Amino acid sequence: MSFHRHAAPVDKKFFTTGTLILTALMLSGLGVGLYRMIFGLAAATNLNNQYPMGLWIGVDVATGVALAAGGFTSSALAYVFQREHFHALVRPALLTAVLGYTFVAIGLLFDLGRWYNVWHPMLPSMWQGNSVLFEVGICVMCYLTVLYIEFIPIVCERFIGKVNLPGKLRRFNYGIDMLLRFLDHVLGKIMFVFILAGIMLSCLHQSSLGTLMLIAPYKMHPLYASQLSPVFFLASAMAVGLAMVIFESMLASRSFDRKPEMYMLAPLARIMPYLLGIYIAVKLGDMVYRGTHVFLMDGTAPSLMFWVEFGALTVIPFFMFMSSEIRNSPRGLLLAATMYIAGVLLNRCTVFFIAYKPLYADKVYVPALSEFALTIGLVCTIAFVYRAVVTFFPVLPRHET
Amino acid sequence: MKKNDRRTFLKQVGVIAGLAACGKASTACAAVRKPDEADQYGVLVDTTRCVGCRRCERACNAINTDLPRRSDEFYRDSTVFDHRRSMDDKAYTVVNRYRSSKDPAKPVFAKFQCMHCRKPACVSACIVGALTRDAAGAVVYDPWKCIGCRYCMIACPFQVPGYEYTNALTPQVRKCHFCNQARLSKGLPPACVEACPMEVMTFGSRSDLLDMARLRRSAHPGRYVPRIYGENEVGGTAWLYLSSIPFDEIDFPRLGYHPIPGYTEPIQHAIFKWFLPPLCIYAALGGIWWYKAKHKKAQQKVIDI
Repeated sequence: MSFHRHAAPVDKKFFTTGTLILTALMLSGLGVGLYRMIFGLAAATNLNNQYPMGLWIGVDVATGVALAAGGFTSSALAYVFQREHFHALVRPALLTAVLGYTFVAIGLLFDLGRWYNVWHPMLPSMWQGNSVLFEVGICVMCYLTVLYIEFIPIVCERFIGKVNLPGKLRRFNYGIDMLLRFLDHVLGKIMFVFILAGIMLSCLHQSSLGTLMLIAPYKMHPLYASQLSPVFFLASAMAVGLAMVIFESMLASRSFDRKPEMYMLAPLARIMPYLLGIYIAVKLGDMVYRGTHVFLMDGTAPSLMFWVEFGALTVIPFFMFMSSEIRNSPRGLLLAATMYIAGVLLNRCTVFFIAYKPLYADKVYVPALSEFALTIGLVCTIAFVYRAVVTFFPVLPRHET
Repeated sequence: MKKNDRRTFLKQVGVIAGLAACGKASTACAAVRKPDEADQYGVLVDTTRCVGCRRCERACNAINTDLPRRSDEFYRDSTVFDHRRSMDDKAYTVVNRYRSSKDPAKPVFAKFQCMHCRKPACVSACIVGALTRDAAGAVVYDPWKCIGCRYCMIACPFQVPGYEYTNALTPQVRKCHFCNQARLSKGLPPACVEACPMEVMTFGSRSDLLDMARLRRSAHPGRYVPRIYGENEVGGTAWLYLSSIPFDEIDFPRLGYHPIPGYTEPIQHAIFKWFLPPLCIYAALGGIWWYKAKHKKAQQKVIDI
């Protein structure tokens, strides 16, 4: 794909105060991860028989998958719908998706009781087509593979003609270079197969994540027990994927002392009102149809969360994205994107453990500090690796000075 | 016809034997007819007979040797009734005590364990098929397949499965397995049923037990609330309950008749019907791409000229 010849590695110092803070938080997360692996889930989490899923599923997995949706939405825009002015956003979004999904898988390992069996869903003898979770698992595994394939051209671009292994490994230089050239050539021709597959797989598992909690109809708060939940999840994932692209581009510009890429981000933000509008309309329509609006004022945590995550952090950003003034101001756009990202984060947490009310809970589940530490550690690792990759590989748009 | 006759006859024998058991405690189970595919084993629990001796709990612990060992003193301790207990990784069955709204002087005891649903939510939920429902009607767990995601615990409408959170390396989902290997597969009643001195539980084929429950209700008007819990709840359960007070008051969840997998499986099966919907998405996206690319080329040509 020749669109990306204008991408280049970032020419900035890697270690700054920011990266050192990230490193400290990563180490504390690593500590908790090791602690959990050695002493078990009971020691590291507040999970119990009433609340079997908690922060790690709600944030590390469900929110992680949603926030990584920028990978498929941006490639759908740039390739399928041929919006060429978004091409420069595809690579950063792809990197976000690669890292996001990789760390979803890593985060999941800490939550799974028998993490060493994580590959079991791949065995045909254990396929379980009735299980929503099985579909999510298989789609995420396939999509992760597709994402790595989509990333290969970036590696090729970085190393073709520059393979320079030291010492005795030198003899492999020529072979590796030929392999990279071959991959670049072949993938350049058939990449559309993978791009389309990536979009399809994303639509499937993003929506099915919303089906997951429908298996507990008697335990979910009525506001969050709609059969349309898969539609909500897909629509909100598409919207938050774009919000993440905006958010990350802004942060990268700020971190690397560049001007915000408003010439791309403002047109991108114009799509947001459509996606959010559909999401809000379907969600409100469903609420009226099912008559669940009577639960809006019942004073429970889920209904309060509904006001926060939907009322404040989805509807308000929707109106913010509607205003061309806000869309064209870096500060306003960043604020709107951040608000909606927080909204989706809270939405996923609400669905997975706040709106989930077990039969015999004596006390409400509140995540342990160690659970927060691991989650924060994982997020920091993503940011750290992102910075490392963009300083080494041609991902971000070339910076003219 | 003949087969039908035999069936009705056997049913009557079962019911008569059951009625005999009602009168005086003689055998542990009704005349056990081997159930066919549509009609599997079940247990009828008559909570009006339970005195809270916890021998069922002790028998369960005795037969499940992989559970933590507990002393006889533990099972004689009646202070455990001061708090409501749930099944967990240390006990597949628990007895709880409730104040009776009918007769405050006489508490009601209720034994809990896996209900062995006929359309189990946990089996539908399990990502690797570690939970299955066997031919006899027991819902059983295979730890070697399990990945430990605990989605079954989310799915269970009775909040039955417990998890070994303290086990760092090989934690298991723990729940009653209807003594399927040691006893049920040989046509024997589960250990708890056999241990009960009060004939609270009757083991047999599920349809016979339903007949028996209805007969008991008509034989003792006013003794039971009309509902047989488990007859239709979430599509029916193998374990059936009779109670003198409403089931809400002894902590049984209020559930509809629709099987739980019916909430998710139709969505899943619609999305993957002959794999057609995913292929349609793929083809539609490809079509748009191809059309847009062609359209754009044509435009450029015009500009070039």
